[in-house]
Amino acid sequence: MVGHYGALALYVLFALFPLYWLLKISVTPNSLLYTEGITMWPSVTTWENYRFVLLQSDFPAFFKNSVIVSLGTAAIVTVLAAATGYAFSRFQFTGKTLVMFVLLLTQMFPLVMLIAPIFRLMVPLGLTDNLTGLIVVYVAFNTPFAAFLMQSFFDGIPRELEEAAMIDGCTRLTALRRVILPLTLPGMGATLGFVFTAAWSELLFALMLINSTDAMTFPVGLLTFVSKFSVDFGQMMAAGVLALVPACLFFAFIQRYLIQGLTAGAVKG
Amino acid sequence: MAAVSIDRVHKSYGSVGVLHGVSLEIDDGEFVVLVGPSGCGKSTLLRMIAGLEAINAGDIRIGDRVVNNVAPKDRDIAMVFQNYALYPHMSVSSNMGFSMELRRFAKSMIDSAVGRAAATLGLGELLQRRPRELSGGQRQRVAMGRAIVRQPQVFLFDEPLSNLDAKLRVQMRTEIKALHQELKTTAVYVTHDQVEAMTMADRIVVMHGGIMQQVGPPLEVYDRPANKFVAGFIGSPAMNFFDGVVAANGAGRYVAMGGDVRLPIPDNSRAEVGRRVTYGVRPESIRIDADDAGSVPASVEVIEPTGLSTLVYSKVADALVCTFTMERPDLERGQPIRLAPDLARVHVFDADSGERL
Repeated sequence: MVGHYGALALYVLFALFPLYWLLKISVTPNSLLYTEGITMWPSVTTWENYRFVLLQSDFPAFFKNSVIVSLGTAAIVTVLAAATGYAFSRFQFTGKTLVMFVLLLTQMFPLVMLIAPIFRLMVPLGLTDNLTGLIVVYVAFNTPFAAFLMQSFFDGIPRELEEAAMIDGCTRLTALRRVILPLTLPGMGATLGFVFTAAWSELLFALMLINSTDAMTFPVGLLTFVSKFSVDFGQMMAAGVLALVPACLFFAFIQRYLIQGLTAGAVKG
Repeated sequence: MAAVSIDRVHKSYGSVGVLHGVSLEIDDGEFVVLVGPSGCGKSTLLRMIAGLEAINAGDIRIGDRVVNNVAPKDRDIAMVFQNYALYPHMSVSSNMGFSMELRRFAKSMIDSAVGRAAATLGLGELLQRRPRELSGGQRQRVAMGRAIVRQPQVFLFDEPLSNLDAKLRVQMRTEIKALHQELKTTAVYVTHDQVEAMTMADRIVVMHGGIMQQVGPPLEVYDRPANKFVAGFIGSPAMNFFDGVVAANGAGRYVAMGGDVRLPIPDNSRAEVGRRVTYGVRPESIRIDADDAGSVPASVEVIEPTGLSTLVYSKVADALVCTFTMERPDLERGQPIRLAPDLARVHVFDADSGERL
């Protein structure tokens, strides 16, 4: 027991220490950043960095863009993935294996390889330098994995539940709406959260497809704190902490569902 | 309530045949049990009646209507699943009232129907609970209640007791049978448990390899099995089988086994001299230590007292024979005894086809 907890504590410390450092620097006054040396907590703390980031920088705009892109992506992907996953889980159809193989295939290439062709495709479509373009790309890249994720959630729901509903008087669609969907909500929540987080932190495409400050998402925006001659660490870290908030909220919201296991009691055991 | 008619029904998955031309007439109000080992096609047949599996060839009628292309919801049936398939996000009463709710019955009517079913099944206290808060037996009852509230033409049961422990299974068996006697709704019940089949059915359908082996009242199937498969499948402890060749002497025909053992054959059997046969006799149709002329020598191997009765396993030639007796014989391992099969209850099957002779 002591060994287990010791190992876990060590891991948690290792994983969370950078976050702690982020928090620490975000509240350290700029004047102390280099003068105090390495300390675990600054002698004086300040909210000045947060004030600047929220009131005087473009960060609120970046934040808003990120929320639009991430929520949009998450919502679209979840709906698409749920429909795909349901079909994969419940139906046998010609070409199913091929479709699944192709979906897997898309996950195999490093994104870097695809940046140039995607950029070439997006320019004539007018999808560069705006949020719609980002959402399109994110949806395309997140749907396959999310579809497999949703499939596993649907697989976890016994077929008999649908059959019982269909005997009770449902059509397949009513059964889906009245019985399957309520039970898949945790799965859809998880998918939503997963895709949201992925879109929230995506940098590569955002960097390549977005030029103007108006359309920047916050990962790109963070880089604006790096100027030619200096890096404004305090402000950058403050922005970073603020950017963590939605992701944390989302996970707090989802993990409740993930652990709960709503289907308990449906069938034996 | 309605009769169910199954007419030359075929089912295959790709090249694998599951049902090969099954025909069966189920009367209005009858309790029919489909029984057989796993993979015999019994569940598939039930699911075809429910409309959950497509029919490749043949017709299924419920009442006067061919239902081949009728959706499950329009077949007016109710089904109890092996794993109960209760809706986990609904309370017990919502589970039971769901079918009526979908048919837009008034809430008061749903409540009274659910209340009646709950009273019948002793679920009154549990109506507001969720399925996950119930024990296995209670879930089973809720699944039954859901079927009753539906007031269907036909009840379909797919191994509904398999997930219960032995004691509860026996209890629910009796309850389901009593319920059927009260409701008198046509019921088709699938099980692999031949005791369930024997105890509950008006008629048993024994299936094997996608073919109906025998259809009949339980005791008829038990007393006059149509072939070796049925004889071996129905009955516990199982029937004893001996392979041999039919021969005759002055006293009549007998089956000659190795070791000069002669098993007498009843006069009305169609087994002619020289035919290779399987000789079958149930454990309770063999008497121990009989003096009569037809008895064969054996030596005791294992004795299993159950309190109610005693099972004696002994060796005849090289074959192990089970004998069932209500007495408590004073025997010990290795002791020589004589076994006498009851001639009136001896079954002779063709060794190749397995058909009754």
